Amino acid sequence: MKTPSPTGTLAAWSGYRINLVGLVSFSVVLFWALMALLAPYITPHSVGAMIDMDYFGPMRPGLWLGSDYLGRDMLSRVIFGARYTVGISLAAVSIACFTGVVLGMTSAVLGGTVDMVVSRLLDAMNSIPSKLFGLMVVAAVGSSIPVLILTMSVIYIPGSYRFSRALAVNIDTMDFIMVARIRGERLPYLIGSEILPNIIGPVLADLGLRFVFIVLLLSGLSFLGLGVQPPFADWGALVRENIGGLPFAAPAVIVPSLAIASLTISINLLIDNLPQKIRDRSAP
Amino acid sequence: MTNLVEIRDLRVEATTDSGRRVEILKGITLDVAAGETVAFIGESGSGKTTAAMTLLGYARPGCRMSGGSVRVDGRDMVALSEKERATLRGTTVAYVPQSAAAAFNPAATIMDQVIEVTQIHKLMPPEEARHRAVALFRALSLPNPDSIGDRYPHQVSGGQLQRLAAAMALIGDPKVVIFDEPTTALDVTTQVEVLRAFKDVTAKRRIACVYVSHDLAVVAQIADRIMVLRHGEVQEIGNVDDILHRPTHPYTKELLHAFHPDGGGRVVPTTTSHTEPLLDISMLSAGYGPPQPNGKPLVLAVKGVSLQVKPGTNLGIIGESGCGKSTLARAIAGILPACDGTIQFNGRDLWQSARQRSREQLRDLQIVFQHADTALNPAKSIEDILGRPLTFYHGLRGKARDARIDALLDMVRLPRALRHRRPAELSGGQKQRVNFARALAAEPKLILCDEITSALDTVVAAAIIDLLKELQRELGLSYVFISHDLSVIEAICDEIVVMYRGQTVETIIPAERQEPQHPYSRLLFSSVPKLDPTWLDTLNLDADRMRLA
Repeated sequence: MKTPSPTGTLAAWSGYRINLVGLVSFSVVLFWALMALLAPYITPHSVGAMIDMDYFGPMRPGLWLGSDYLGRDMLSRVIFGARYTVGISLAAVSIACFTGVVLGMTSAVLGGTVDMVVSRLLDAMNSIPSKLFGLMVVAAVGSSIPVLILTMSVIYIPGSYRFSRALAVNIDTMDFIMVARIRGERLPYLIGSEILPNIIGPVLADLGLRFVFIVLLLSGLSFLGLGVQPPFADWGALVRENIGGLPFAAPAVIVPSLAIASLTISINLLIDNLPQKIRDRSAP
Repeated sequence: MTNLVEIRDLRVEATTDSGRRVEILKGITLDVAAGETVAFIGESGSGKTTAAMTLLGYARPGCRMSGGSVRVDGRDMVALSEKERATLRGTTVAYVPQSAAAAFNPAATIMDQVIEVTQIHKLMPPEEARHRAVALFRALSLPNPDSIGDRYPHQVSGGQLQRLAAAMALIGDPKVVIFDEPTTALDVTTQVEVLRAFKDVTAKRRIACVYVSHDLAVVAQIADRIMVLRHGEVQEIGNVDDILHRPTHPYTKELLHAFHPDGGGRVVPTTTSHTEPLLDISMLSAGYGPPQPNGKPLVLAVKGVSLQVKPGTNLGIIGESGCGKSTLARAIAGILPACDGTIQFNGRDLWQSARQRSREQLRDLQIVFQHADTALNPAKSIEDILGRPLTFYHGLRGKARDARIDALLDMVRLPRALRHRRPAELSGGQKQRVNFARALAAEPKLILCDEITSALDTVVAAAIIDLLKELQRELGLSYVFISHDLSVIEAICDEIVVMYRGQTVETIIPAERQEPQHPYSRLLFSSVPKLDPTWLDTLNLDADRMRLA
């Protein structure tokens, strides 16, 4: 007895049960990813070109999202902003999670002194407030994209480490790890083949969450003027430079805020509604 | 109305995640009178627990009672609302779970949890409830009945906790009690006490009992009638005597047969006393905790054990939980480095720790763990699980590896199509076969089997034992077989070592029909339930128990 539903055919085709919320949020995330990738080909105007006679112009044909405080096309700037926001955050979160997860699993498997030293070291790093740390580094060495990426990954390594270590410690007590150990397996096999497949689900969810944190932190830094530098601008910087448009209800300040909100909320919803594998194989 | 429980054409069904409906119970009809005990027996997945749970009006998440009726004391549990069912649970019908350890809250005292039922239903003031609880503790022959309630769950033994769980169920004066495999997790010696306590208490109060189990011998002691279930259908129902001696259904016969694993089918190797032993352990000690000034660990679980295994023969190690038998296996395998003594394998000394042993030595000595659920990586396919030791020890890849995996699956009698599945998609018996096949993949000389049949039901366990014998014939392996189940050990081992409190107390050679001498071995051997329904009532273990104390 099958009830036809919009996701029913998709589920039957893929072997996964897909949730409507998950599908919508995935589309939003995919949309921004495509924007970031294809930015140079789809922007109607150059990022720096001042084309409007007025500043904080309203939405109208040709300038679909209005103009900013210098009369530049907001649509193009938001599309290019996606590049910075998504690109920098993605790079930072990849470095942070890769390092954190590898260190976490290693500590869990080796235990003893290694675990102790790495854990205390990263705990110490964890105790530094993230925004202050970001501000301090950027103020000291100046803002450039590599510096931003590295700073933000360093900020988020301890959290990722704690998370994956906690998961890996549980897996490490299982008999199959013991079996692998007395087979004589070495560390890379133990963490890569035995532990990682068992924690990959939560780790990916954590990666998504951390991506959101990084987007928000990057936007925050840019808002304070320490992030991506003009004439380029990520979404946070776009909000800041157009903050003067707030009294005029200019789209220039609302649109980048909406962009940040839509990306972060969608990623959160997507993580909570990831497709679930249908395990009943004998279904018709 | 004479029958306390009347089940009529009960159906339970579940909806799977792809929307398919599965019938778990396909029309069960049963009556239980007051004071009567009916046992539900069957393999895992037969629906016996599901059937018992319907007496509580409970179906597991995803399942529902789709037809028929379950009248308990005149009220139909299927038709009642959830709120009405809740008022009956604990007062009319109560439940004793399989694992009492998991059923107690570790953060509250036992007394508070035992009398909780009376507080939820506002049956009596707490003071009176405590008095009743103490009386129940006494009736269940628990030690220190006046003070045991003040302890926390981790401060009492497993057998005591199981009896306390029964006290928890009985405090609301229920008319029907469901026992869900209450002794499966216990040692034989403890099981006897628990069974006796249950039998006394329920008989005195004329409680109707439903006893769920897969152990026919236990059921024979406690039940008046037996219902044999398979695939959600009643195979056979009758009084204990009929089922045990005149079974009509083939499945019942199979169950009975599984209870008598035959020692035959195994060629006893012709070893002379001159043969070099394969494994020679002398004065081995091992334990847990930080090292003390004398170089020994804080808790010594194995104290100076010596034993030998000759090539092609099997050694059984038996003893109650906590006697150090698993620690001994771990010390031999090098998981827990021994603190004293020597291990010689194949004529050469082995390092105490597996880390220092050579790959060849690790390969020759494999260990198979009790719980296939945790011993197989749930994220990997059977193919990967079996393939890894082939690649690791023998350097097999590609086609050669595939062929060898097929051969291994054939060896343990599993269909080849299973290779793409994950462990969670296999049954308990199939998982244990894969677990064993992985040890075989290394082509070892000796396999340490740590309680490998304990988590399986009787029929499946018997099939595994037969498989082990067959493989031994074909491959010339030796096993060290650790178990608390005497019938399993007797079926496969040439020599049985009885362990008690970290030491070996006796070596028994089953072929010579020699009687156990040590009081503990006598207690252990006589505690194994027999199919005779009068066994429990006539059993007298006190003499051996006294001598041990």
